[in-house]
Amino acid sequence: MSSIKTSYSRRSFLKATALAGGGMMLSFSWLAGCKPSPEEVLALPKEWFELNSYIKIGENGIVTLLAPNPEFGQNVKTSLPMLLAEELGIDWKNVIVEQADFFPQRFERQFTGGSTAMNRAWKPLRTAGATARQMLINAASQSWKVPAGEITTEDGVLYHKSSGKKAGYGEMASKAAKLPVPKDAPLKKVSDFKVIGNSKKNVEGLNIVTGKPLFTLDYKQPGMLIAMIAHPPAFGLTVKSVDDSAARSMPGIKDVFTVRTLADDYERNGFDTTSFTELVVIVGNTTWEVMNAKKTLKIEWEKTPEATITVSGRGGKETVKIPSGLESTERHKAMMAEMAKKPAKVLRKDGDPDGAFKKAAKVIERTYTAPFLAHNTMEPRNCFAHVTADTAEIYGPIQAPEFIIQTLAARLGMPKEKIHIRLARMGGGFGQRAYGHHLVEAAVISQKINAPVKLVYSREDDMTYGIYRPTYMATYKAALDENNNLVAYHVKAGGIPEGPIGWSQNRFPAGAVDNYLAEEWKLDSNITIGAFRAPRSNFLGGAEQSFMDEVAELAGKDPIEFRLELLERAKNKPVGKDNDYDADRYAGVIKLVKEKSNWSQANNSVHRGVAAYFCHNTYVAEVIDLVMQQNKPVIQKVYAAVDCGVVVNPDAATNMGEGAITDGIGNALYGEMIFKDGAPQKNNFDTYRMVRHSEAPKSIEVHFVKNEHDPTGLGEPLFPPIFGALANALHKATGKRLYQQPFGKQLESTTPLG
Amino acid sequence: MAIFNLNINGKKQQVDVDPATPMLWVLRDHLNLVGTKYGCGIAQCGACTIHFGDTAIRSCQLPVSSVGDKAITTIEGLSEKGDHPLQKAWLQHDVAQCGYCQAGQIMNAAALLKSKPHPGDADIEAAMNGNLCRCATYVRIKAAIKTAAGI
Repeated sequence: MSSIKTSYSRRSFLKATALAGGGMMLSFSWLAGCKPSPEEVLALPKEWFELNSYIKIGENGIVTLLAPNPEFGQNVKTSLPMLLAEELGIDWKNVIVEQADFFPQRFERQFTGGSTAMNRAWKPLRTAGATARQMLINAASQSWKVPAGEITTEDGVLYHKSSGKKAGYGEMASKAAKLPVPKDAPLKKVSDFKVIGNSKKNVEGLNIVTGKPLFTLDYKQPGMLIAMIAHPPAFGLTVKSVDDSAARSMPGIKDVFTVRTLADDYERNGFDTTSFTELVVIVGNTTWEVMNAKKTLKIEWEKTPEATITVSGRGGKETVKIPSGLESTERHKAMMAEMAKKPAKVLRKDGDPDGAFKKAAKVIERTYTAPFLAHNTMEPRNCFAHVTADTAEIYGPIQAPEFIIQTLAARLGMPKEKIHIRLARMGGGFGQRAYGHHLVEAAVISQKINAPVKLVYSREDDMTYGIYRPTYMATYKAALDENNNLVAYHVKAGGIPEGPIGWSQNRFPAGAVDNYLAEEWKLDSNITIGAFRAPRSNFLGGAEQSFMDEVAELAGKDPIEFRLELLERAKNKPVGKDNDYDADRYAGVIKLVKEKSNWSQANNSVHRGVAAYFCHNTYVAEVIDLVMQQNKPVIQKVYAAVDCGVVVNPDAATNMGEGAITDGIGNALYGEMIFKDGAPQKNNFDTYRMVRHSEAPKSIEVHFVKNEHDPTGLGEPLFPPIFGALANALHKATGKRLYQQPFGKQLESTTPLG
Repeated sequence: MAIFNLNINGKKQQVDVDPATPMLWVLRDHLNLVGTKYGCGIAQCGACTIHFGDTAIRSCQLPVSSVGDKAITTIEGLSEKGDHPLQKAWLQHDVAQCGYCQAGQIMNAAALLKSKPHPGDADIEAAMNGNLCRCATYVRIKAAIKTAAGI
């Protein structure tokens, strides 16, 4: 393993064969098991030849493609290898896909989050495929003594047409693997794609529907023990004392102890969020035994003092205050209302907003709020760890291994090179699994008991552990002139413990309004927060797009035409310099959804709402059609128009869009975590309402704009605007504007119009 | 602890466990049948759905002591080669995103189709409402059930 400490160039993955050789592959499959059995489908070769980090070709022409990124349902295990297959020029049916372990020396950016996986893999993975193809061509060129430029490939076969020579990739793989790595192998034109743009089924489909072990909660190995934790029942509390006498005598119980998972003075990275650094741990033979024994623990808790931690995040190093005290939702609301009246940090200012509001013909001001949200992935947090004196084997659900490995190394007192993280398929992530402290906890427990262990969170442990979507508030104010043109726009938003604007102050309608002001505030809290599907946008998309609908109504304009007018303005005469969107592409999705939903044709049988939003470099417009039945919305249809550049795996992309839309409707109607005396008031699905089958839209159409732009985000961008589209449709249905999420609570007290 | 002789996926299985142990954990921890998933432990999510006879049941609420010799079917035993009409329909519609809840969804749908081979939309929604999918693949689940039912 020592050789991998050598510094590598950014494109080192293309040279992995020469540098690492076969020995590296041994360490690669350190933890065997849990894999699909491709031999049932394809005849495995006698020998594999590794052309680079991502591609191994067997002498029989079967190709193994390594999927570098962690998979949690957004299809990266299928769609990223499609990029390799495209440029390598092979038939997808001869492909075996293997999940790569975390191995930064071999793979670029093994991070899945922020809807970046496809965008960031687009060039490197295609280059890896094209380079391997070129090596196969060069091998054939040498063997056949013909110029490389005369050799063509198709579906895994090399041809020299003028001499009639041909050979399968398998026949040339051995020779190709020993050749120098060519520079700048040409990439295909979008119009020549054969794999990309043609739907491929999920490579794990059969394993999923037959219940194969795919998740770390399914993993076991001989001698493995089960551990569970007891974390404080409230934010602002820590362990005072533990009476474990009853638990210790229960069957199957091995040990009970308290661990410190992180030192107070540890300088954290941006994904180093942990809610509770002191935990009571109970270890035993089986999950049920440990769950039962845990119930008998008598733990006294005490209040934590105010603390400060240092975090090196996206904005550089900062000191974060963690206040003491037991917080409540009621108090949060009062504090936010107070903060909204105070001056805030100006993020962007164009023109003279104050003056414009004073001169305006009409002014409208509305305030929107949204609660904390729990991720509630179906698979609760868990992790396998086996830490010995020399090495640490970690197998757990993690979106961002590159961050947590730093913490693991520091906490275990072990160099990073000795820590092997195997990437599990995750039973959902939604941002939560970017924060990997369950890996640290499992590792610390394994180190302490000197045995392989699987840490299992109960649903209750998981839902009350923290790392929630923050609670937010935003006040929007708009001014119209006497001709109903939008002349001033002001957003002042904040949250606990972060505001929702962040880095998005340059988004629409900035650039379309002469007088624009964006301000932000935040309040400290000891409740931990983290990324949640489309962070910040998941609130702004709903709030801003509800407000936009109301401004259009005040202006007496159709909500789609009103948005298009503003985008026309942003295109022809943009205000300010840093507008981060392309007005044409923005308008493009709005026009597409208008066409697909037949917006212009009156439809009196349903109530319709529209919204559009841009985030993760992707443009989305959505229309909801709903009817009300017993004060509850029945979503008849959702139309979405999406511009995310080239769509790599269209059916999977559609699936992702359908999921984001339904997930958004569920969170808008029901999603809410509330607190009392620091304690989360919901701990399982009996109290935390999630969207269910009968509440899902009856039908969803997702339409993609066809273009040749590099792919952008997809997992998140369809999520934010649906909050707005739903609020706007509900306004049509009930006559009332909904300003507070979750909407479901307000609908109960609303009289329907029809 | 006590010995229980169980009839699981057509095979006799013996386990020595606390009689109160839910079948969920007997399957997962003792018999290594991990297709049945833990999601909530209180019968609110459906991830642990198995068949108890012909009935879909939440295995997190079924103590091993109450099983007797009644046939239990898990996702691993739904078909020999993964070719139950629902499994085929799930693949045809490429339903899964993360995949964690899907075994429970399929087991619940299989029991529905046994009792009602041609369910309407409302039947499907009512029968499937106890099965959560955080990825929210509900539209595809419904489409796959209809395909399997030949509707």
